Amino acid sequence: MSCWETVADYAFRSLGYGERLLPRADFTLCQQVTLIGSGMIWNIYFGVLALLSGFVLATALAMGKAARSRWLRKPAEWTIFVFRGSPLFIQFFFAYFLFLSLKSSVPALDALTSAWLGAAVVLFLNTAAYSGEIFFGALRSVPRGEVEAADAYGLTGWSRFRRVIWPTMLRLAWPAYTNEAIFLFHATTLVFISGFPAARQQGDALYYASYFADKTFNPFVPYPILAGYFILLTLAVIGVMGLINRRLNRHLPAERTARSGGRFKVLFR
Amino acid sequence: MFAVCATPDTLSGLTWLSCYLTTGKHFAFYGAFGTVLLLLAVTAPVALAFGFGGAVAARSRFAPLSWFGKGYIAVVRGVPDIAFFLFFVIALDQGIEWLRHKAKCPDWDQPIRQGNDFLVCPDAKMPLSTSAQWVHEAYGFWLAVFTFSLVFGAFAANVLFGAMRSVPRGQVETAEAYGMTRRQAFRRVLVPQMWVYALPGLSNLWMVLIKATPLLFLLGVEDIVYWARDLGGTKTPQFTDYPHGDWRMWYFLFLLVFYLGFTRLSEIVLERLMQRLTRGQATLGGTSGRDEAPGMTQVGPP
Repeated sequence: MSCWETVADYAFRSLGYGERLLPRADFTLCQQVTLIGSGMIWNIYFGVLALLSGFVLATALAMGKAARSRWLRKPAEWTIFVFRGSPLFIQFFFAYFLFLSLKSSVPALDALTSAWLGAAVVLFLNTAAYSGEIFFGALRSVPRGEVEAADAYGLTGWSRFRRVIWPTMLRLAWPAYTNEAIFLFHATTLVFISGFPAARQQGDALYYASYFADKTFNPFVPYPILAGYFILLTLAVIGVMGLINRRLNRHLPAERTARSGGRFKVLFR
Repeated sequence: MFAVCATPDTLSGLTWLSCYLTTGKHFAFYGAFGTVLLLLAVTAPVALAFGFGGAVAARSRFAPLSWFGKGYIAVVRGVPDIAFFLFFVIALDQGIEWLRHKAKCPDWDQPIRQGNDFLVCPDAKMPLSTSAQWVHEAYGFWLAVFTFSLVFGAFAANVLFGAMRSVPRGQVETAEAYGMTRRQAFRRVLVPQMWVYALPGLSNLWMVLIKATPLLFLLGVEDIVYWARDLGGTKTPQFTDYPHGDWRMWYFLFLLVFYLGFTRLSEIVLERLMQRLTRGQATLGGTSGRDEAPGMTQVGPP
């Protein structure tokens, strides 16, 4: 079987298209590269979905944590504390079993027990908490002068937030937020090894890599392939976030712009 | 445990619960928390040592060593840590067995990789198939410690590399002006001063390390996640004296609370430590910069 046929059979195997059975013997390099690459679809799906939806909640959480009212502040603080203070791995397990018992009482929540929705919900809340903390830190370092200038222009409430505070907050938070995005993509590999079942062997890149490692008892091929894919993904994330960073900083003189990923600090689960 | 527990099916309420929570398997579950703490206690200093080595290598003026140090930091940080855990446990195991095979059975003529099998001579098995159960468990645990240290060592190397560069240049220059060699200046001036710069990063790393401990489960160690899944699953009267439904949710809720408490406690202790270390030091890390999100202090407009 040529490599092109393998690609045709397995390129979308993780979504359930193509060959039904996974390869069982005589594993070729081409099969491993194709299937692990196919699994990356799930990693990208979870990462992008959680990042986009989490961004909105993160802004709300940061605003909530900075709010004067106890009723806004406490829930935001607790959400951030619970999701940042406990391992994502345990959160996945807990959420999966929680969804299982919810399902038995409310059948309408059936979809939550499958990875595409249930795991996405957990990742969404988790990244929202981590990014919320980053945004909160940035919110507190918005220069007072900018807020005073906004006041002087007569901007209040929503328009002051939308036009002055929020853009500055994003600009300050962006390098740290880029890290969070990278680690979020890395965290998506936990989905299928923590409770959530891979239906009909449709799993993510790590799922297929460990499948090959188990079958061939040779970790030296599948894991480096996985690592290669993730390094490419990481570079892509840095590239996209860098473009957004350029846009956020486009009004500043060149040497003042923050270089994203310049100082790469550890900030993950 | 208690005398009343002899007849579990007649019990109810709190008595039942107290008997249920003191079964032998539950004690194994509580013991697994000790395993987690032991892993942390061993891994943290070893990872710090690896990190120190990595940072020194990355700073080296001898180019290949510097590439090695920087490569170590970059590769481990660019790839999901779970992939490393899964990879290293098999790779280390096979590596050790391969070395022992070469040393102990020089006249073994068959290839080690036969198709999908990895075959070494019986003498080279690690641990030997005749050894006791606890040897197997201890070996698995040490593989886990080594893997954790290797991964977290790269993160620590990154933190320490940054900290060494944060020590004011003037300090090292002064040391050189006093006639110290590069090595002396490193040992007497740079290293003692770098810790305060490294502490915020290392604190963060400690939190990450705590939150990585459930991954022990993936390395085949019988840890708290293993027991929570085992004990929480539905139990039928045929196989146990304490039948119950699917309680895995509650067991994992308990683990969640345990980790929340543990990270909160660490946070408080580290905060105290930082206050102590930065007393009287005019660093940004000692005053306001630390409370902000990482990477924040130097990117904002003045």
